[in-house]
Amino acid sequence: MRPFHYRAPRSLDEALALLTPRAVPLAGGTDLFLKMERRQTQADTVVDLKRIPELDRIEAVDGGVRIGALALMDSLGASSLIAGQYEALTRSARVVGSIQTRNRATLGGNLANASPAADTAPPLMALGASAEVADAGGTRQVPVDRLFLGPGRTALRDGELLTAILVPALPARAGSSFHRCVRTAMDIALVNCAAFIRLDEDHPDTVAEARIALGAVAPTPLRAASAETRLAGARLDEDVVEAAGECAASDARPIDDVRASADYRREMVRVLTRRAIRSAFRRARGEA
Amino acid sequence: METPRIRITVTVNGEAVSEDVPGDRSLLDFLRDDLGLTGTKEGCGEGECGACSVIVGGRLVDACLIFAAEADGRNVETVEGLADGEVLHPLQRAFAAAGAAQCGYCTPGMLMAGKALLDRNPSPTREEAAHGIAGNLCRCTGYGTIIQAVMEAAKES
Repeated sequence: MRPFHYRAPRSLDEALALLTPRAVPLAGGTDLFLKMERRQTQADTVVDLKRIPELDRIEAVDGGVRIGALALMDSLGASSLIAGQYEALTRSARVVGSIQTRNRATLGGNLANASPAADTAPPLMALGASAEVADAGGTRQVPVDRLFLGPGRTALRDGELLTAILVPALPARAGSSFHRCVRTAMDIALVNCAAFIRLDEDHPDTVAEARIALGAVAPTPLRAASAETRLAGARLDEDVVEAAGECAASDARPIDDVRASADYRREMVRVLTRRAIRSAFRRARGEA
Repeated sequence: METPRIRITVTVNGEAVSEDVPGDRSLLDFLRDDLGLTGTKEGCGEGECGACSVIVGGRLVDACLIFAAEADGRNVETVEGLADGEVLHPLQRAFAAAGAAQCGYCTPGMLMAGKALLDRNPSPTREEAAHGIAGNLCRCTGYGTIIQAVMEAAKES
């Protein structure tokens, strides 16, 4: 590892003051530790955030749920505040890595690491969540679907810290789901997909609003815009589900890599999108 | 520049130890090299295999992916803390009785995974027991005897 100063601030203000351009925040470390060991970061200071009180809180707030950036995957997966409304997020938090990973990895870390395959990113995008970002001057909100700029790159500016995720309350007649495919349980996703469906008040088979988000099929997690357009206002039958899967496959921009070919990934986008729409639809109808 | 040393105090198996460690020392190396607790093994060194599993603050974690400095002020449990003197922990007895080890390299991590599970869920189903060790790889046994041992230990404790 490159030499570095380890700092463990006790307050957010103290942490923000330490976040110079060559400082890197440390949450669970499941990604950062290895990046440091492989000298993939230039950081000369590591700012451990785990001594800052309440940064890991999951709480109901006006209009939704606020999840502290340091909330553990295990806590997210077990939270009844999350499981009650945000099925897609619960499912994704429960499948990240191993028990050991989930006891260490945090929601903020999973996002700030900006892996195109981050499992919690598509659910949060589908649920319309925003990231709360702080610097010495105050806080701002960034919609999660505008947070990612490329592999390992986010919209966070120098000196900014991701402090929380705000998930809007689930509207009536709405549901979400998360599906992914992996080589082995421990591997990162080949493709992952989250769906959010809100049904029409007067026509319970008709989609009022849909959001589909895909992971590991582009340089960043991605909204499947044409699939969403195909679903909006449509009566949700199998033909529409099929067509939306087709649209999502054309929205994806996958690459060949060691885990899978672009063609396979595109095919899996089709399959996972159909599954995700069907299960979000069932939940929106209160059937599952 | 060298990575500066940091004074840490960690409670390891119930005993507080204070040491000056380099800020980049992993918890695994701290346990093995500084404290001589070589029961905890390094397998992959990347958080994939679970051989280095220890319990920190009641949670099962991979010691290879944690800086020792992060454990400052925390409770750490390792395989050395399982037995009470010469009396083996129920998990250790069950592993021995079931033949749940061959080469033995994964065993300390498996035992800690089993302990973390039983601490939270004293009577797991077979599926829950299998899930409890899902983050630990064993290349010899095929897991059957390990799961069986965890189930036996649950009955006994």
